[in-house]
Amino acid sequence: MARKSQSPRVRLWPPAVVLAVVYALAIGADFVAPYDYFAQNRSLPFAPPARLHFVDPAGNWHLIPFIHPLVERPGSYGEYVEDRSRIYPLRFFLEVPSGQRGFQRWNRRLFGVDEPARLCLLGTDGYGRDQLSRLLYGARISLFAGLLAGGLAVALGLALGAVAGYYGGWIDELLMRGAELCMTLPWLYLLLAVRAFLPLHITPVEAFLLLIAIIGLIGWARPARLIRGVVLSAKERDFVRAARGFGGGDLYLLRRHVLPQTFAVALTQIALLVPQYTLAEVTLSFLGLGVAEPVPSWGNMLATLQQYHVMVSYWWMFFPAVALIGVILSYHHLATVVQKRLGVVTL
Amino acid sequence: MRYTAKRFLAGILLLFLVSVLTFLLAELAPGDFLSEMRLNPQISAETVEALRTSYGLDQPLPLRYLRWLRSIAKGEFGFSFAHNRPVGALLWVRARNTLLLTTTATALAWLIAIPLGVWIASRQGGWTDRLSLGGISVLQATPELLLGLGCLLLAARSGLFPTGGMVSLGFAELGFAAKLRDLAVHLALPAAALVLGSLPILLRHVRSALVEVLDAPFVRVARGHGIPRRRLLFRYALPAAVNPLISLLGFSIATLVSGSLLIEIIMSWPGLGPLLLEAILARDLHVVIGCILLSGFFLVAGNLLADVLLYLADPRIQTSGTPR
Repeated sequence: MARKSQSPRVRLWPPAVVLAVVYALAIGADFVAPYDYFAQNRSLPFAPPARLHFVDPAGNWHLIPFIHPLVERPGSYGEYVEDRSRIYPLRFFLEVPSGQRGFQRWNRRLFGVDEPARLCLLGTDGYGRDQLSRLLYGARISLFAGLLAGGLAVALGLALGAVAGYYGGWIDELLMRGAELCMTLPWLYLLLAVRAFLPLHITPVEAFLLLIAIIGLIGWARPARLIRGVVLSAKERDFVRAARGFGGGDLYLLRRHVLPQTFAVALTQIALLVPQYTLAEVTLSFLGLGVAEPVPSWGNMLATLQQYHVMVSYWWMFFPAVALIGVILSYHHLATVVQKRLGVVTL
Repeated sequence: MRYTAKRFLAGILLLFLVSVLTFLLAELAPGDFLSEMRLNPQISAETVEALRTSYGLDQPLPLRYLRWLRSIAKGEFGFSFAHNRPVGALLWVRARNTLLLTTTATALAWLIAIPLGVWIASRQGGWTDRLSLGGISVLQATPELLLGLGCLLLAARSGLFPTGGMVSLGFAELGFAAKLRDLAVHLALPAAALVLGSLPILLRHVRSALVEVLDAPFVRVARGHGIPRRRLLFRYALPAAVNPLISLLGFSIATLVSGSLLIEIIMSWPGLGPLLLEAILARDLHVVIGCILLSGFFLVAGNLLADVLLYLADPRIQTSGTPR
């Protein structure tokens, strides 16, 4: 019953590959997303995901899949049927008509269909905007807010934790009391509270930067405490004392000998904090306190689900949720692997 | 005992610091509740000024802080501009609703987590263990936001549960039994979402605490004596594994007020969560500060309670030195 089990083998590459692909898609949204995130099509609100066909009504097989355009069923409101008489094959490396380029720096898209048909692989939202494109552009906001905030928090934690642990005394006391203050208050409350004292009506870019700043400023406490702990023991190691004995200055000692010992902890902290902060951005945008329409974030995309009819009728509006769970799961997996490989024990 | 008193004082000091900080932040924040009103052409500038004076917003910060402290002594916690009444009255009603939800959910979560965690631990290494660990990590990766939305979807699709609120219309006319039933039906889904949200962490801790104990020699000896499995697990192993669980219980208590914020907003449970969000959007800062202080109070109290319980449960723990 109680035998120490062989822990299941953990591999680094599956979560790493998943995350790399997701981030690459987010960065390449200008090229991968078939449409602009703000491109509306008022004749196709809440259209279901497009079906890719290989066999046309005449029974011929096509090598390249095609779609039938959606038309509203006569006499209904918001119900769509496929117009079987028309066929639009999928096209790759499609040139974007110059009138529709918007903010695009790319004049080609990875895939799409010819006008006037629209290829909405994940359906459309209430304004007829393509869900897939919005998901990709939203990934830019949500994922990079998490990544940058996590980076900021760990960088701050690294700097402050190292200073506190290395110098000790009143600096240590002050910083650690501050960290305790940040850590005792419930996280979401603190986030909301700080947000409460900042202006409400701001542009999406400001909101994005503000979110990163808030999350990073609240989040430094945990990495700082952990890193302080490592620094406390690291600075007493023999080779560090020897280096000090040879006349190494504080800055040199910190940079060359002490900080490298903390990188394992810092790396694990990043893997643990980034998904948490991604979620924080999503939550704030969901509550209407973060990035606002028309710029998509996974949070404000999910916010439409608060409307009863959207939630009940249009299941494809749940795609951001699926993406979110996938990303968080990958990060958790990554954190476990990193922890095991580097032998770090964290809470 | 002296240690407890010291911790208690430290907690009070923390709350005081938080209140000062929030006041300072509020002062730095651009705009107040009345600044939106100033944009309204139907309200004259004199009226707004008069309101400022009557709310005491024209006075310097330290004076306002002192006034606010005095109102705490009266149990008012400042004045809500949006609701036009003392914050205290608002806070108590909402806090009661929140506590009703969270105590139910926390109790349920613990009642499920302990037997289930013990069972998983007893199967350590087997396929049930792997399977449940996989399930736990998926559940842990599912944000509360999505759990809430999922429950809402369930309510909307099945029609068995109400999609929000705490009581039905005409609640006051119902008899006692019907009242309880109505409340329970409304409570079911938000509580379920909260239970699902906290279960993975609880299960992980129960499992790892027990796994450690099951390796100990005394358990092997007890098994060698032929003590039945269930008795071994619950009467021998569980009490030995209780220390980390008590700390976790403290954490559970500490988050009683704050843990359900998001679920309350999504499922429109009339607790502190929606109150806080509305207050933020309306710049009703005394309410914001009140909510934060209340949650901070529970945090301090929960951690303190955990320490006291730990001390009572395990006489080996010394309080004279530094805490753990």
